[in-house]
Amino acid sequence: MVAFIARRLGQSVLVMLAVALIAFLIFRFVGDPVASMLGQDANQGDIAELRDRLGLNDPFYLQFYHFVLDALRGDFGISYRLQQPVSDLILSRLPATIELAVTSAVIALVFGIVLGIYTALRRRSVETAFIMTVSLIGVSLPTFLIGIGLIYLFAVELQVLPSFGRGQVVDLGWWRTGFLTESGLKSLILPAITLSLFQLTLIMRLVRAEMLEVLRTDYIRFARARGLARRVIHFRHALRNTLVPVITIAGLQLGSVIAFAIITETVFQWPGVGSLFVNSVQAVDVPVMAAYLVFVALVFVVINLIVDILYWVVNPRLRDSASGGR
Amino acid sequence: MSKFLARAAGVLLGATMLAGVAQAETVRWARASDALTLDPHSQNQGVTHNLAHHIYETLVDRDTAGALQPRLALDWYVKEDDPTVWVFELRQGVTFHNGNAFTAEDVVFSLDRARSASSNMRQLHATVESVTAIDDYTVEVKMSGPSPIYPNNLTNTFIMDKTWSEEHDLQEVQDFAAGESNYAVLNTNGTGPYMLVSREVDVETVLALYEGHWAETPPEVTEIIYLPIADNATRVAALLSGNVDIVQDVPVQDIERLSNTAGIRVETGPENRVIYFGYRFGDEPLRSSNITDRNPFNDPLVREAMALALDRDAIQQIVMRGYSIPTGVATPPFVDGWTPELDAYEPANVQRARELMAEAGYANGFTVTLDTPNNRYVNDEAISQAYVGMLGQIGIQVTLASRPIAEHSPVILNNESDFYLLGWGVPTFDSAYIFNDLIHSKTETHGTYNVGLYTNPELDEMIISLATETDETVRDATVAAIWAQVQEDRVLLPVHNQVLAYAMRDDITLAVHPENQPLMTTVTFD
Repeated sequence: MVAFIARRLGQSVLVMLAVALIAFLIFRFVGDPVASMLGQDANQGDIAELRDRLGLNDPFYLQFYHFVLDALRGDFGISYRLQQPVSDLILSRLPATIELAVTSAVIALVFGIVLGIYTALRRRSVETAFIMTVSLIGVSLPTFLIGIGLIYLFAVELQVLPSFGRGQVVDLGWWRTGFLTESGLKSLILPAITLSLFQLTLIMRLVRAEMLEVLRTDYIRFARARGLARRVIHFRHALRNTLVPVITIAGLQLGSVIAFAIITETVFQWPGVGSLFVNSVQAVDVPVMAAYLVFVALVFVVINLIVDILYWVVNPRLRDSASGGR
Repeated sequence: MSKFLARAAGVLLGATMLAGVAQAETVRWARASDALTLDPHSQNQGVTHNLAHHIYETLVDRDTAGALQPRLALDWYVKEDDPTVWVFELRQGVTFHNGNAFTAEDVVFSLDRARSASSNMRQLHATVESVTAIDDYTVEVKMSGPSPIYPNNLTNTFIMDKTWSEEHDLQEVQDFAAGESNYAVLNTNGTGPYMLVSREVDVETVLALYEGHWAETPPEVTEIIYLPIADNATRVAALLSGNVDIVQDVPVQDIERLSNTAGIRVETGPENRVIYFGYRFGDEPLRSSNITDRNPFNDPLVREAMALALDRDAIQQIVMRGYSIPTGVATPPFVDGWTPELDAYEPANVQRARELMAEAGYANGFTVTLDTPNNRYVNDEAISQAYVGMLGQIGIQVTLASRPIAEHSPVILNNESDFYLLGWGVPTFDSAYIFNDLIHSKTETHGTYNVGLYTNPELDEMIISLATETDETVRDATVAAIWAQVQEDRVLLPVHNQVLAYAMRDDITLAVHPENQPLMTTVTFD
């Protein structure tokens, strides 16, 4: 177990370094931060001087070296755009993103699994046909279109939900939550649905396919032959075996929901790290962009690690081969 | 019946207001982006200044027609026996939000801070040699030479409280490279009509009326909730759903629809910003053309043909949906030096343009790349696209290179473009500002945006003379002469002046501000 985790951690560090390196390579092509920092009144001399002070004239490897060294100390520098420490900015935006991501992941998991089981068990019913058709729309429509559609329906036409923002938040000192106020909860509904829709349909289709597969296996047939109650067969024997791949996918999807809530956050002006990133790209705010990409890599690496460990716990076969010492 | 009731209620409401009962009015004000910082000297950028104008104040202000107005300075004049000294007489009885009195010391401190090394405002104070307080309410600014238009540069230089600034170690402006954030980025202490209540960057900034402000009549708006909403559709939806009251950056394609929506009013007006095309001068062949032995743009006939190919009216009607003011000169009408004669433009004439091309020896045309931003000006990319089609009609085959402004800027500043689109705002409302950066030959201090590397030593000399010329008639004549030469050489190819649109709840009145810096103090309610 320890060796397994140690090996995984080693790999994770390599992944993080690679991401940082690639991010740094890309930044050379997103534009020049100096022009937007100085405005149109600056002259040639000022521009050259600022470039020099920011170290933008240093060779690439030196910039990268400084970045990694500072990052190891938890220092990602000062945002060019907002002039605040980058780590403060990301930490202050993180609760919004995590609350949104977790809510939509819960929606996706609960509805995905329930609907998946339902459509697997009632294969030929009208409801199933309906759900499957609607879910096809769910996967094929782009997120921003769904978001804008929901805004127009529920905020502009019906005027029952807010069209943007996070509503009132309660400051708990280390965490600003929107869960405790009515406007906070209302504000969460539309973005959470928008963000969950794709994952929901994905999980639903996965559960359905796995379930259908399992229901055809011999042990289910024998269970039926033994005269076990349908409920026991479906939920105790079939569902359990269905969930192993679902854990993997759901785990990885949680990562991508946190990391790539960018579009949803932009459409709903949700004050999370995703919209921070979008604003930073426009201003070529390199320190924020770099920190964000490293953060995203970290999220994936950590989630991957947890999923691997969970897998290892859930699936005895994997455990045996590992302890057998390959 | 209900109409009658509504009217009766209106009368009653009016009566209570007349009776002096202050109405608490909150305005939720949305625009596309947030102020970058609250440190008033750290960024020279419109959105940042706009918010700062509510909290801090400047010595002089500019009204919507462009004329200078007293604010913290009541009067300003050149010292009688020394043309290089500007004297400012300050308003008395002004206090900062923390109660500290406003005196000449604060002005000296603030001007010195604004022209310090890490300030982004220092260009505007480049000719200042020293600032001294003569008494509590008089300040003298010593310039390196006569600087007749210096007060024009002060409309965005805000005055901070010296005592408060020293308490919080704010003598230096936030320095990007230093790696530390200063106290003024998130905290304020100004003399302005509103005080900062709370600020969450990119999310929400709340301002409340400052009771101790010097103005005789307090503004009708008592609380401002400032909400940056980046996405166009979301911003418009926020107004339609009643979640905000004023939307500042209305996309052109939504103006018509919003004006036809019940309960919403749209105000439009010209912005102090001109959009133009520019091209490379000089004999050196272009980088992106199939003509490799000379520069076609250097031929006056080609430039004339390109001007005749540009159908400004079509761009106005189709690309801008009527919301632009086509012009023949690269200066907005607010600027000193603008005349209707300069503004007039020849109608498009493709036939004549083709003849000119043939005359210049380019009967078969040539190829070139046009660099355009796609997220900076209203419909910038679409304007360029339209012009590409028009140039195709006279044989110039244009490849469009469209980039976000962050990538467009380095191409422009490093003179790597053969042919480009750019916009220019004129915060000083004076032609010299345009000449210094766009027309003067490129040097360390001048011609920063002279992308085409146009050069004319005679003009350079005239441009430099504007900075120190104190005789107004001579100065005006020089400005006119420079414009005449610029037009004759077709240094730039102007398209139009941008038009701004603000949308709001229909009981609110807010006029469009030419620098796109509307003040909530000017908001009135029906």
